[in-house]
Amino acid sequence: MKSVAVIGASLAGLYAARALRAEGFDGRLVIVGDEHHGPYDRPPLSKGLLTGATGPDQLALADAEEIAELDAEWLLGTEATGLDTGGRAVLLDGGRRLTTDGVVLATGAAPLRLPGPAPAGAHTLRTLDDAQALRADLTRGPVRVVVIGGGFIGAEVASSCAALGHHVTVVEAAPLPLVPQLGDAMAGVCAALHADHGVTLRTGTGVARLHGEGSGGRVSGVELADGRLLPAEVVVTGIGVRPRTAWLAGSGLPLDDGVRCDAGCATPLPQVVAVGDVARVDGTRAEHWTSATEQAATAAHNLLAGRTARTHRGVPYFWSDQYGVRIQFAGRRLPGDTPRVLEGSPDDRSFLACYERDGHPTAVLALNRPRPFMRLRRTLARAAQPATT
Amino acid sequence: MIPVCRLADLPAGESVRIDTAPPIAVFHAEGQLYAIDDTCTHQDASLADGWLEGCLVECPLHAAAFDLRTGAATCLPARRAVRTHPVTVEDGMIYVQHAAEEGTAA
Repeated sequence: MKSVAVIGASLAGLYAARALRAEGFDGRLVIVGDEHHGPYDRPPLSKGLLTGATGPDQLALADAEEIAELDAEWLLGTEATGLDTGGRAVLLDGGRRLTTDGVVLATGAAPLRLPGPAPAGAHTLRTLDDAQALRADLTRGPVRVVVIGGGFIGAEVASSCAALGHHVTVVEAAPLPLVPQLGDAMAGVCAALHADHGVTLRTGTGVARLHGEGSGGRVSGVELADGRLLPAEVVVTGIGVRPRTAWLAGSGLPLDDGVRCDAGCATPLPQVVAVGDVARVDGTRAEHWTSATEQAATAAHNLLAGRTARTHRGVPYFWSDQYGVRIQFAGRRLPGDTPRVLEGSPDDRSFLACYERDGHPTAVLALNRPRPFMRLRRTLARAAQPATT
Repeated sequence: MIPVCRLADLPAGESVRIDTAPPIAVFHAEGQLYAIDDTCTHQDASLADGWLEGCLVECPLHAAAFDLRTGAATCLPARRAVRTHPVTVEDGMIYVQHAAEEGTAA
């Protein structure tokens, strides 16, 4: 393989590029990213970057020395528009063609938006530019903020806004946020963090539409499905993401909530692998930081091997920092797995809980208990036994 | 010299954080005592809560790793080293000397 194009210049793309070089690939390496920024870390965008604790210059995932060592051609501010599998080329905006032997798909995901035009003051949060635009709206004195969506991004944004002294309401369509991830009992504990810190959580109500000040004016409020109006100067929508696969339509790749690939991140097309939020690996599309980095190593290995020589079955892991509480979760929890508190107390917002099925641990959750969490997470990982052939 | 704890209270394989500014983590690893900056250079996490394996400590948040002997980052996502600090034991008590900003691992 003489050339590889990595489409996507964020965490998964960068780690794939690193892994390719680490595996000895010394051919032409091109990294295409639609943002103008080099690879940066996204988790702080909803936390330190909003509060000002973290500056944009602290987010870079690679320093100048490492960028030089990667010896890659960077096409930033460039969008991939198609994959010509017959001609072994990636089509780029402006009508350019990038001929390549191998392709790593790492285009990530884009936030879901409310229907209709977004008035000024209405935000989504995915990119550094998004975060800086939101921060600009949060640093002009106290405002009323409505966060639509009570998932982890929504909760972190609400926490950051509350820390900045804003009046914050979180609107969640489900009866309780985070139930699919944590189950009823533990989701209830996490939901209570909002009230602990003076943030109102309104559940069981969808959003009808945003109100603006005249046509083209700033956002003035959020109209709920039950007709009630929540006045707001700033609205942040965090209702999930959609994998960015539209550009791959017609490529022959199976697209079904992400690019479908096997447990080794290999797609059915030869010499095309997928990693990160855009990849549905062995039936699961994880939107986790750690998954993106682990998949990149597996995908790079298999791309160079020309077959699925290695699979990865790591234990999914994610964390969230909100209201001064560090939430960590690892494992594969199925509905009905019952959580058992092993130490600490949910009332103190500091505890370790293990989910069990038929007496066996399936997942672990901790609030402010990083040390025992890590021990249990390792126990789960050992039990999962990553496969190697 | 900053008192940490009694040597008897820090068994092999254990670690303790002291609330200096910035905080320092002290480890009892491989028969030695080591002190490094407690905060991971990647993101805000306490290395005293990390996973100790030989002379390496793995960050509890993103699995970055540091060598306790040198402070060097040995595994991504961390790229910058943590500072190391001299440790001494006197009369069964562990002390750390806060290394100056200059002249330490960069």
